[in-house]
Amino acid sequence: MLLLIGAILLMACAGVPALLIRRLPGGGEGIFTFLLLGGVGLGLAGVVGGLLGAGPDRIDLSWGVPGGGLLLCFDTLSALFMLPMLLVVGAGGLYGLGYRPHHRFPRNGRRFRFFFGLCGAALLLLLVSRNSLLFLTAWEMMALSGFFLVTTDDCLAESRRAGYLYIVATHTGSLALFGMFALLGRGDLLLRFPATGSLAAGGPAGIVFALGLFGFGLKAGLMPLHVWLPSAHAAAPSHASALLSGVMLKVGIYGLVRLISFYADVPAWWGWTLLGMGVVSGVAGVVQALAQHDIKRLLAYHSVENIGIIAIGLGLAVLGRAVGYSTMVVFGLGGALLHVVNHGMFKSLLFLSAGSVVHGVGSREIEKCGGLLKRQPWTAFYFLVGAVAICGLPPLNGFVSEWLIFMAAFAAGHSQGSGIALTVLAAPALALIGALALACFVKVFGIVFLGTPRSEAATQAHEAAASMRFGMGPLALACIWIGLVPVSIAPLLRRATLDWFPALADSTSPYPSLVDGMRPLIWLSISGVALILLTAVAAGWLGRRSREAPRDLPTWGCGFACPPPQAQYSASSFADGLVSRFALARRPDRAPDRAVFPLPERFSSHLPDFVFDRVLLPVWRVAACSFGWFRVILQNGVTASYLSYMALTLLVLLVLFGRK
Amino acid sequence: MLVGVLVHLALLLAFAPLMTGVINRTKAVFAGRRGAPLLQPYWDLGRLWRKGFVFSRTTTWVFLIGPVVGLVVPVLASLLLPFGALAAPVTFEGDLILFVYLLGLGRFFTVLAALDTGSSFEGMGAAREVTFSCLAEPTVFFAFVVLARLADRLSLNAMLGPHLATSWDTTGASLGLITVCLFVVLLAENSRIPFDDPNTHLELTMIHEVMVLDHSGPALGMILYGAALKLMVLGAIVVRLALPLETGWGWLDALVFLGGLLALAVLIGVIESTMARLRLTRIPQILIGTTLVTIFAVVLVLR
Repeated sequence: MLLLIGAILLMACAGVPALLIRRLPGGGEGIFTFLLLGGVGLGLAGVVGGLLGAGPDRIDLSWGVPGGGLLLCFDTLSALFMLPMLLVVGAGGLYGLGYRPHHRFPRNGRRFRFFFGLCGAALLLLLVSRNSLLFLTAWEMMALSGFFLVTTDDCLAESRRAGYLYIVATHTGSLALFGMFALLGRGDLLLRFPATGSLAAGGPAGIVFALGLFGFGLKAGLMPLHVWLPSAHAAAPSHASALLSGVMLKVGIYGLVRLISFYADVPAWWGWTLLGMGVVSGVAGVVQALAQHDIKRLLAYHSVENIGIIAIGLGLAVLGRAVGYSTMVVFGLGGALLHVVNHGMFKSLLFLSAGSVVHGVGSREIEKCGGLLKRQPWTAFYFLVGAVAICGLPPLNGFVSEWLIFMAAFAAGHSQGSGIALTVLAAPALALIGALALACFVKVFGIVFLGTPRSEAATQAHEAAASMRFGMGPLALACIWIGLVPVSIAPLLRRATLDWFPALADSTSPYPSLVDGMRPLIWLSISGVALILLTAVAAGWLGRRSREAPRDLPTWGCGFACPPPQAQYSASSFADGLVSRFALARRPDRAPDRAVFPLPERFSSHLPDFVFDRVLLPVWRVAACSFGWFRVILQNGVTASYLSYMALTLLVLLVLFGRK
Repeated sequence: MLVGVLVHLALLLAFAPLMTGVINRTKAVFAGRRGAPLLQPYWDLGRLWRKGFVFSRTTTWVFLIGPVVGLVVPVLASLLLPFGALAAPVTFEGDLILFVYLLGLGRFFTVLAALDTGSSFEGMGAAREVTFSCLAEPTVFFAFVVLARLADRLSLNAMLGPHLATSWDTTGASLGLITVCLFVVLLAENSRIPFDDPNTHLELTMIHEVMVLDHSGPALGMILYGAALKLMVLGAIVVRLALPLETGWGWLDALVFLGGLLALAVLIGVIESTMARLRLTRIPQILIGTTLVTIFAVVLVLR
């Protein structure tokens, strides 16, 4: 626990020397990385020590604030969120050395690094804090440093716009959280978190859950609430995107999981809501992703999809609690938590390797890439690992967590005569999500790394710097490790599930107990190893056999000898069959004028966001127009009138609620 | 278990190309030709095995991984399936998910190998392959939901177990629907008519064949062999569903199973000879239709 506090302080201060002493060589990036990695090391040591039971697992300090008290706790549930977070922060810090060296970004480098460290520290603090004021403080620290990460390149209008949208969304969410904690504490905002399973579901529980779902869901990016996410993740520098997408979204999930754990019994509609939102996020997110040609925007939409998968698992677990199916709880929560870890690993890996593509080619547009596997072999390998993992394919980690969620979905399939059996329908939905994700990542990898370069810049692309490759290494290793030896993480999942729902320990449900349920994981390991071994042997044999073969012939073009690189299949044509089927309406922007003799034409097509462009923007426009008078009268720019509003409000409140 | 693995692999590896031969012979008979010998696919594989390679200068190692994964995946997937009444050598709760995702992995690398050539034709084939399989995937899972509910277990071995014979009496409608739908998925996944024509000569209209245009020699052999294995693996499910016989004698069970597979091959040949290819735009409609039909099957067992 003390180690964790040390880690928080180190990370928060990592960027400070550079801000104070302007003359540090390299803008203090060396010191920053050293301190940051030190913080990550301390944090990992703290988490491992905490898991092994060394040291106190709670620190309780009385605090001067009325009703308060600084309460920090460590449990396995928090640890599962901390592990990927620390790994991603460390990898991102290392990666930043090569990706944004100070001599290339002297203007905003110091600021960026400071907020990067601060964001990591805030995330860690958030995960250990157990009273609402501390939680909300850490939440705001994280949200605000996230804002500065998104707007790092504030000279670009795109970044400023993304940052604006982000800050509006995150503060709307914070407002809901304030309301939620106020209700949870019956009007007292300075409350310690209730003990696990200590609250009854009656009373304001429904409103608390709805507010929590809104506030935390907005941060996590569940489907109708994801509007800020794609532009923010696309605009931030890649290692900041990795942090935002791989870790920061997950604290939304953490908040929901923690909130639900306070309740002794949960109503079924909570589970159904989560499940429904999860399926919608999953399918709509991946369809939106398919239509993107900006590589980072595409990855951002995949975060929406993966958050959807996590929500499906969580929803199944909540339903399992509501109807008393321990199998659903074990697999659903285990799958959701493992997917949190996995998504942190592979999505960060994908963002970092996408960053190295952007670094090499100088554009986020995938239609300008091509053939990068020959120029960036390491980047391509890392991206491939991330792609296989995110599609949920064996033998990597994404498969393990999706397997667990599938098991949760099938678990209620045999129940008779109640609506709960309908949860099996989550399985085909998950399968559809998986197949669409596969289509999407085949598209990205094929267009970016295979074929021939589609632009001059792509022919000139260079491999990522050594520090960037070192940054990606641990993430790829973690993907492979969890995929091949899932048994190693199963005990953590088991303990976290017990942290969430302690009643499970004495549950008398015969089928399958906490231990037995995870037993098939060993088979996943065996099949993964067999798959890799067989493939390696066969590929090695084929490679040796083909060593002498001629390799300088053109691709068969049906008689057409040297087609230009632009004739290759493009990303949008690849995805068109699926996108046009799922997206219902897709508006290509085509120049309308057509003369007798064809003139040079422009053609572009993009898929507007289902929620943001189709619903929110039109509604907001109408609202802005119709409330114009309101602004003119009330918001008139005269300070005196603002002060009079405050005074009036206070007077009214005093009259209404003042002490008798 | 080891014996089971060996028997399974021997049946799979030795028998799979014969199905292709039977399909081709059936088509020849319908067309009034004598046709190639039944064992022609084996000779073809042998011939490809001895040939050399030709590589496009665009290609990388991904180009060679595609055929390898395409061959390894059906071999591993077959171990999770019962071959008729012969129990699956590897079985655990939840192996049906591994089965489907293994086939997904095969598709992932086959399609990447096609894109590795940078040819627009192979790009088209790749796009069609992933599009159609996205639409076929939910069908498979709906069918598995039905089977899992009937068996009350989550392993393929148990789901395709001996209880099927009695289940046909009680829930015959659902089982009939999913058998037909899985057969349709089999036709789509193995690029048979009416979804794809393995013998067409126009690259623009092909799906699977166009993806392997640039492969040559043993790599092409691996692809053809892998395709035959995949046909047999998916066929094994359909045959088991349609023919849940158990005699009690191992060798007789194996014969029944192989006979069922041959009948399936003849059926595919008949369909290929009597139906025309669908227009490409029609294929998604058929696949979505099958998904909806499997939903009916699910509703019938969930009620």
